[in-house]
Amino acid sequence: MTMWVRACATEDVDEDDVIAVLIDGKFYAIYQSEDQEFYASDGNCTHGRAPLCDGLVMDGVIECPKHNGRFDYRTGKALSAPVIEDLRTYQTKVEDDGVYIQLDG
Amino acid sequence: MINKQRRELYGLHSPATDFAREQGLAGADWYLCDIPRKQMKELMRRTDMPAIRDTILWIGLAVGFATAGVLLWGTWWAVPCFIAYGVLYGSASDSRWHETGHGTAFKTRWMNEAVYQLASFCMMRNPTPWRYQHTLHHTDTLIVGIDPEVLAMRPARLVAIAANLFGLLDVPGGLFQMLVHARGRLTEAEKDWVPVGERPKAYRTARIWVAIYATTIGVAVVTQSWIPIVLIGGPRAYGAFMHILYALTQHAGMGENVLDHRLNTRTVLMGPVNRFLYWNMNYHLEHHMFAAVPYHKLPALHEAIKNDIPAPYPSMWAALKDVFRTLWRQRSDQTYCLKRELPPTATPYHGPVDGLLPDTASPR
Repeated sequence: MTMWVRACATEDVDEDDVIAVLIDGKFYAIYQSEDQEFYASDGNCTHGRAPLCDGLVMDGVIECPKHNGRFDYRTGKALSAPVIEDLRTYQTKVEDDGVYIQLDG
Repeated sequence: MINKQRRELYGLHSPATDFAREQGLAGADWYLCDIPRKQMKELMRRTDMPAIRDTILWIGLAVGFATAGVLLWGTWWAVPCFIAYGVLYGSASDSRWHETGHGTAFKTRWMNEAVYQLASFCMMRNPTPWRYQHTLHHTDTLIVGIDPEVLAMRPARLVAIAANLFGLLDVPGGLFQMLVHARGRLTEAEKDWVPVGERPKAYRTARIWVAIYATTIGVAVVTQSWIPIVLIGGPRAYGAFMHILYALTQHAGMGENVLDHRLNTRTVLMGPVNRFLYWNMNYHLEHHMFAAVPYHKLPALHEAIKNDIPAPYPSMWAALKDVFRTLWRQRSDQTYCLKRELPPTATPYHGPVDGLLPDTASPR
């Protein structure tokens, strides 16, 4: 069973950027792409657990700030060493100026 | 504790390893200077042009000096040409290896990867295991028993450091590792950190390198000339001295088992030649604190955080004097380390200051 949870306001995330949100004690990363689409993933890198909200967003990619591993934040696919484990991503939707992510209930 | 026993703590399966983990020093949260996100994004922004310019210059100068050295072979004029070539090959490659290994030098990934492969070859460092090894150095910088890249232990192996000014340990070590990898194996330490799926890359690279070195030696034998070895492989020895001197300015003599890079990493002001050769890694504190900032933005990063970090050393010579004085004292007093003063505007040091080690490590 899944449920939609409000993560943040759309205005909280700049274009081509990422923020961290805390939901039920767990961090998630919320991204806004250059074409104003919103995406969500786990908040920490799968390699060294560094917070991705401090990383660099560019061209659909999030780069971990600690070891520079890269993921496609739209699919979670690990793109370059040292990351080898994909990032978990979540469905998103925008309603009433809010970004919602779909979590397991 | 005798020096040999203390140095054994730096092994990656030593009592210090377990101790650091128990104390929460492994994979811990480190102090970060406060920089607004908008400014940080600008500092992290990637571009290709600075690294393209510097790479053209680097390779162009190397080819130029090598050509001049070959043409002047047999005269004393060849010596300065090969010293310059050697430094570009055996020292400047270190910072190229480092920056492209982080993937930050270029915006375009294949450019990073191409220079990373070339620089790895020059430094005799297999690109796959070394990439993973270096992540450990960044996660746990100077955490005793965990960081695999501690250049100067307490006490430092000064003879070994001196020998490596001319690659006397690093070159045989690199060649040995290359042969191990070419046989389809990793060293015991590398098995700890190279993922299984990545290992075939290491083996393939090593086999290509063996072929290159074998060809180089073969050409030298057939032509009865040292020139092929002076051009390929040899510079990793005779041109290595600058990269060792640069590396000594990074962390040597500073705090161990700390969680604040201001306590264990230096920033050293250098002139344009050294900054070109070293690719701005003289801003080493800044690099460790924010590894996603490309080398060409490190001076700007320094400006952004300079009120929260110790004053930079005014020159490489000033830093090295401090390093050697400290390493010499640590031969007999391993509780001593350099602790830089913070400016009044800075946030106080974060976490332990130095020397948190197992009881067995306490010097007598």
